[in-house]
Amino acid sequence: MTAPYDLNDDSVVVIIGSGAGGGTLGNELAQKGIDVVVLEAGARIEHEDFINDEWDSFAQLAWLDHRTTGGGWRVSKDFPNLPAWIVKAVGGTTTHWAGASLRFQEHEFKTLTHYGEVEGANLLDWPLTLAELEPYYARAEDKMGVTRTNGIEGLPGNNNFKVFKAGADRLGYKECHTGRMAINSADRDDRMSCQQTGFCFQGCKWGAKWSTLYTEIPKGEATGKLEVRPNAHVVKIEHDDSGKVTAVVYADKDGKLQSQKARIVCVAGNSIESPRLLLNSASSKFPDGLANSSGQVGKNYMRHTTGSVYAVFEKPVHFYRGTTMAGIIRDEAKHDPARGFVGGYELETLALGVPFMAAFLDPGGWGRSFASAMDSYANMAGLWIVGEDMPQEQNAVKLHGEMKDKYGMPIPDVWFTDHANDVAMRNHAYTQGEALYAAVGATRSFPTPPYPSTHNLGTNRMSEKPQDGVVNKWGQTHDMKNLFVSDGSQFTTGGAENPTLTIVTLAIRQADYIAKEMAAGTI
Amino acid sequence: MTTIYEQRPGLSRRELLKRGTIGAALIITGSAVISPDRAWGMATTALKPDTMATLIKLARDIYPHDSIADRFYAIAVKGHDTKAGTDGQHKELIEAGIADLDKRAGEGGYRGLGWEDDRVEILREIETTPFFQAVRGDLVVSFYNQKELWPHFGYEGESYSKGGYIARGFDDIEWL
Ligand SMILES: Cc1cc2nc3c(=O)[nH]c(=O)nc-3n(C[C@H](O)[C@H](O)[C@H](O)COP(=O)(O)OP(=O)(O)OC[C@H]3O[C@@H](n4cnc5c(N)ncnc54)[C@H](O)[C@@H]3O)c2cc1C
Ligand code: SF4
Repeated sequence: MTAPYDLNDDSVVVIIGSGAGGGTLGNELAQKGIDVVVLEAGARIEHEDFINDEWDSFAQLAWLDHRTTGGGWRVSKDFPNLPAWIVKAVGGTTTHWAGASLRFQEHEFKTLTHYGEVEGANLLDWPLTLAELEPYYARAEDKMGVTRTNGIEGLPGNNNFKVFKAGADRLGYKECHTGRMAINSADRDDRMSCQQTGFCFQGCKWGAKWSTLYTEIPKGEATGKLEVRPNAHVVKIEHDDSGKVTAVVYADKDGKLQSQKARIVCVAGNSIESPRLLLNSASSKFPDGLANSSGQVGKNYMRHTTGSVYAVFEKPVHFYRGTTMAGIIRDEAKHDPARGFVGGYELETLALGVPFMAAFLDPGGWGRSFASAMDSYANMAGLWIVGEDMPQEQNAVKLHGEMKDKYGMPIPDVWFTDHANDVAMRNHAYTQGEALYAAVGATRSFPTPPYPSTHNLGTNRMSEKPQDGVVNKWGQTHDMKNLFVSDGSQFTTGGAENPTLTIVTLAIRQADYIAKEMAAGTI
Repeated sequence: MTTIYEQRPGLSRRELLKRGTIGAALIITGSAVISPDRAWGMATTALKPDTMATLIKLARDIYPHDSIADRFYAIAVKGHDTKAGTDGQHKELIEAGIADLDKRAGEGGYRGLGWEDDRVEILREIETTPFFQAVRGDLVVSFYNQKELWPHFGYEGESYSKGGYIARGFDDIEWL
């Protein structure tokens, strides 16, 4: 039933990327009867073919095109060609994601107002409020089947959660539960319930976890209005003299360049590829790249203030069994500057298998200290810190000065340095995490540094005024009416929450707007 | 994956002893490294067998797990021999890196240093070199990604074919 559209069909909406943003938007538009072509750089790998093996799965799904990174963060030293851990496949990073689905808090849409000017930070209020988004959040939670919403039961707690919960209770934390997860706790939406397999990061072979790959995309395809073209790597967006985008150029599976005409183009390649594409689409009319009159394309790169705490106990935990992210503590998510930083953070359980634990526990670490930690693997529990980081102009996705990809386009160079606020928050979280595990009898704990970025945000940010950002409150670029941004790069600030629910929410809302404007003939 | 093989009888115990390596040390013969108990051997094609023996020792010093046999360290570093076969620069990196270790260790070479602490002291001096980075960076995957080793760490690996852990102890913790 997939609708194949002609390359010269200039009535279609072209979406670049099929992940949380692009996949959702594609389905939402198709449901409204709008013709959509989704161009996806990666292959289509159905969930039955996912692999319960960390490195093999990584090779199967991860975005491994050449990237470089710089700045003060440790990732640039430990993983010089892997600034981010994201996916290149139909479904995007919703194949790898853990499923934590949290709404932003009201004040997080107005950080400049609530936090005030923070030196060195490029804070800005979103041109949106929580109240405006609430109906769309509700639709997203229903669509994704988020536990603890819509009457859906929470998931059962695994061993890692039980240790975490015991520690939370001893520290006096009040809001600790098995999370709001886009993972079925019972059969729903023709998908089965979680079997506690423990390979959520490798793609859920049961389809229990929401991914656009086997929810939004087939639903959209069933309308006959959505074509997903895999192995279609977009290299450039083209425009006419009037400043309207007209087509996108992509390399097909054989590396041959093709041009797909478009009425509207929506960029949803995640926060590294989306700004890269806008910058690489520079023309004589727009020498600084498309939609970049503000100069903000690629700037304000955020990746959440993260880190992990792993701890070793006298007796086994087997924390790798069951959902990878199996519980949350929300008490620290509030904005309470008395702690020495603005914004807040969430604590969420996390487990890695032996191969990834070796790579990420203490990147570069070796010797007895490291090996004995690994020897304690079965007795480990672990949590992940995810907190709001400060947007900073110099943290940016730039085009590499010399290196080009196989299509001749400059590769992205990702710069990031922690803000002092990020460091203070991470240290606070490390202290809390270590105290939590000590309270349950941990004999040793590890404040583990951030992994390559899984949450990539902010590089095409939303702003009220065109001079402050790239897109308006609908994700429509300030400069070009028929060019939209539909992924996490729209985020004005990052909040403390995992971003995907908000990305999906914005995509649903954007679809309504696009349909309305198309009907009105304004785009 | 690796040409490591079960050692067939061939070299007599006496012959092995004559070659000058005894006790816990790896035996070098022709183009192979042989375990002292002759349980396994590994032929090298591009790197000197002596280099391979030192690499194995180095690998254990980087990730010392005392109850894991040398064989697994040998499997983990075998890739350097394979790579050296097609990549002259890599061969030079490894051969020169090992020669440098031997030089720093003085008479008797790196493997001749009896105490791990003494060897580690040398490694701390060179841990930022491209040689050490290449060996450690490869080893962290080639060693810990061996499925045969996962039981040692108490990791059960693939679980889909067994129906996940929903009925196999995902919440079986009892000591809390
Ligand atoms: C291990 C892991 C765990 C995570 N857990 C959570 C979680 O629990 N909760 C949460 O909220 N978030 C989580 N995330 C983050 C979440 O996956 C992302 O925030 C989300 O998927 C981003 O959506 P997106 O649409 O911006 O990009 P993606 O989902 O990454 O999709 C982008 C797509 O665009 C394609 N693309 C890029 N460039 C081009 C191009 N030039 N041409 C064609 N196609 C292109 C890519 O191949 C990709 O398929 C996790 C991420 C990882 C890696
Ligand atoms: S633990 Fe549950 S959600 Fe995660 S991969 Fe397994 S079945 Fe899917």
